[in-house]
Amino acid sequence: MSKKTLIPIGPYHPLQEEPELFKLYCDGEIVRDIQWVTGYNHRGIEKLSESKTYEQVFFLVERICGICSTSHPFAFANAVEEIGGIEVTDRAKYIRSIIAELERIHSHFLWVGLAGHFLGYNTVFMWAWKYREPVLDLFEMISGNRNSYAMFKVGGVRRDIEGNKIAAIRKIMGEVKKKTDLLTGAVMDDPVIHARTRGVGILTKQDVIDYGAVGPTARASGVSIDVRKDDPYAAYPLVNWKVITSEAGDVFAKAEVRLLEMYESISIIEQCLQGLEKEKEGEITVKVKEIPAGTGNGRAEAPRGEVFHFVVSDGSNSPARHKIRAPSYVNIATFKKSCIGQTIADATITLAGVDPCYCCTERMAVACDSSTGRQIMNGRELIDYSIAFSEMLKRDLKGKP
Amino acid sequence: MGTISIISQLKSKFSSDILEVEEKNQRRATVSVKPDSIIRIADYLYRTEGLRFIIASALHTRLGFEIHYHFSSDTEGLVLNIHVILDHNEPEIESLSNMFNASNWIEREMHELFGINFLNHPNQDKLISEGNWAEGVYPYRKEFKTTGEEKR
Repeated sequence: MSKKTLIPIGPYHPLQEEPELFKLYCDGEIVRDIQWVTGYNHRGIEKLSESKTYEQVFFLVERICGICSTSHPFAFANAVEEIGGIEVTDRAKYIRSIIAELERIHSHFLWVGLAGHFLGYNTVFMWAWKYREPVLDLFEMISGNRNSYAMFKVGGVRRDIEGNKIAAIRKIMGEVKKKTDLLTGAVMDDPVIHARTRGVGILTKQDVIDYGAVGPTARASGVSIDVRKDDPYAAYPLVNWKVITSEAGDVFAKAEVRLLEMYESISIIEQCLQGLEKEKEGEITVKVKEIPAGTGNGRAEAPRGEVFHFVVSDGSNSPARHKIRAPSYVNIATFKKSCIGQTIADATITLAGVDPCYCCTERMAVACDSSTGRQIMNGRELIDYSIAFSEMLKRDLKGKP
Repeated sequence: MGTISIISQLKSKFSSDILEVEEKNQRRATVSVKPDSIIRIADYLYRTEGLRFIIASALHTRLGFEIHYHFSSDTEGLVLNIHVILDHNEPEIESLSNMFNASNWIEREMHELFGINFLNHPNQDKLISEGNWAEGVYPYRKEFKTTGEEKR
């Protein structure tokens, strides 16, 4: 047996904003085996959830992930509403779907950017992140937050999307569509991207079934699973859209699936906005008395795949047991199939191909004068500045009354 | 409410293994089975019916350790929970990881957090707290209190 070289990626590495250690066992340029060490970020959220009330758990699960911060509250709401037999209003369903689809768009933009970065194609990185910004501005207008929108509660949503906000969403979606066209053209027709991603990191249909992979990772290997279609929730049965799949299973197919899904998301949002206009403003919650004893299986399709929440209620005001399965939990395990036999340079984009969850919630911690080192904005001033910025965004996006 | 076809199949094939069936609606059902039948039933669901293993959830209750194996039928939108109850003092059950890799990590996690032993598991090493957690202390068991809970 020949000697193998160990190349570690992580736990702290410029390519990953999250700590995770990948050990690549290489023979020359070729990766022969891969192992990983996880748990650097384990926060015991399932256990914590048992000590919180149902209302508080929403804010807790929102913080599992910085990017798909709505998919966890969405799945949790589905689970709790299943236990309580609660049916939310149509208006709340439309708003929930709009938030989830806006999130999918910004998350896929983020992934396309990162994928470009991994390939050393930084123009795509700069473009994608620039075009993602208006979507985050929309979130700030709707909810007051760029991330962790705090929109969900048992029985509905916490904030309405009124008439003048609808126009702003339409305007930005028009722009996003143009930028998606541009980005899709740039990625799909670029010979360099073809050379770097076609036939790289192939995951076969059988591997997907064996590892139980979900989301774009599964759909790029020809397994047509999408919770929004298979087990419809919120407004998804009320609108027309299709599940995007691809057969090749390589990194290019994963990019293709994500880019084409963005068009479906834009179309879903438009149809939901039309639905919103027909419903009466303000009817966004139903009254919830108490959650009876029982179990609930809540599912939601996050940008990375199916999020699954299993909630056991004993009739009290907090969950007796709360199991959470994020999509990366099953997707990351597929590296064992997709990375082995690749070169080291291809392994990084293969790792990135399943879009392991990265957090991007930081914007600014504190501002300092570079010459004196003096703190020029304290926490209170930053909050005031942030509120003023939100107000300015709302005014600009909605237009003057 | 009609019966779910997979459940009627299970009832006819594994009648002596099934303890209780609860059909909430067409898309959610729970079947309680004897722990020693888990391999037979999972094999039938995965290979014959083509269900996808989503995840398993362990619970620590006064009955002992309970495991819900969540299977998904993506063609019917069904979540089928296979429920087993394990002995409180010696919780152990056959591993499903030799059938499909999807259960590999979660079984390691349940072993680590609840102390449930999975027989014939290929590698039951710690998954999330390797190197910085005491042996034999299982944080997700009910007797383990977090700081927040101690204060209450």
